[in-house]
Amino acid sequence: MRRVLFTLVLAATLLSGPLARAVQPDEMLPDPAMEARARAISKDLRCLVCQNQSIDDSDAPLARDLRLLLRERLVKGDTDAQAVAFLTDRYGDYVLLRPPVKPATYLLWFGPFALLLAGGGLLLWRGRQGGKGRAEAVAPPLTAEEKAQVALLLRDEDEGKGRP
Amino acid sequence: MRRLMFLIPLVLFLGLAGWFGVRLKQIDRGDTPDRLPSVMIDKPVPAFDLPPLVDGQPGVASTGLADGKVRLVNFWASWCAPCRSEHPILMRLAGQGVDIRGIDYKDKAADGQAILARDGNPYAAVARDESGRTAIDFGVYGVPETYVIDRQGRIRYRQVGPITPQDLQNRILPLINELSK
Repeated sequence: MRRVLFTLVLAATLLSGPLARAVQPDEMLPDPAMEARARAISKDLRCLVCQNQSIDDSDAPLARDLRLLLRERLVKGDTDAQAVAFLTDRYGDYVLLRPPVKPATYLLWFGPFALLLAGGGLLLWRGRQGGKGRAEAVAPPLTAEEKAQVALLLRDEDEGKGRP
Repeated sequence: MRRLMFLIPLVLFLGLAGWFGVRLKQIDRGDTPDRLPSVMIDKPVPAFDLPPLVDGQPGVASTGLADGKVRLVNFWASWCAPCRSEHPILMRLAGQGVDIRGIDYKDKAADGQAILARDGNPYAAVARDESGRTAIDFGVYGVPETYVIDRQGRIRYRQVGPITPQDLQNRILPLINELSK
């Protein structure tokens, strides 16, 4: 019973996602190709109000204004890049959900790879050090005298078991 | 050397904890991560010419902002609660002789007029931006927002959210004084 309910809720949740649309029919452009361009661009533009939603997803009034503005720019003949530049001129790179690669974002883009390299390097270095350590740890075999001592000690221990 | 290696996690932890502490302090002072830096700083105000909120009174236009006077441009709305908390500070500033231009953002004219009639009007001139397009040109992403405009009509500072007494003392008044020299 619980399982069925869970499945139903899960299915409803997954299916309702694509149905919930922030873009209202009255915003859409008559030209389907241009509307598709607008949709594609606005999926990569951040809503400044919600900040982790694209303007394509957001119900905020500002997101709607920006969607309309974007469509206006496209109708006026802007290329995709020009339309996006129109917004970054006003809101900065923050409006882009995909940050551009430039000196200020090198750390963001390449930092993880640098960390990976550094970690890998450290592991490699440690591995070599560890290898040397093991080689030193292999002691030379016991001499006859030492063997006799060991045997004596072990026997002592066995005899000692009976003591309190 | 080997021994000191054990200190690395501790040092990293202390560094991280220290940074968190610094950020907590900054957030306490109002420097929260949702406040975005403006790309309009040091740029001329975008071109606009907005109609007055009250018929017969002057509106606000970009051409009037570069006449050698330091000003504030304040975006507000009757439906905006933080604008109400900011209102007494604007009234005080206006009383001290600061020229504040108001832009009523995406509001019904009657609502905007009613609020000013009830709470007082701190604006030397107040216009309405019904479409919100001028606000977008300024890079406004919420109301209230306040811009300090220098003598040449360039944007020198943006305040996101209501002006607090601390913002006024530490940033806005010193900047106005410096720019007015």
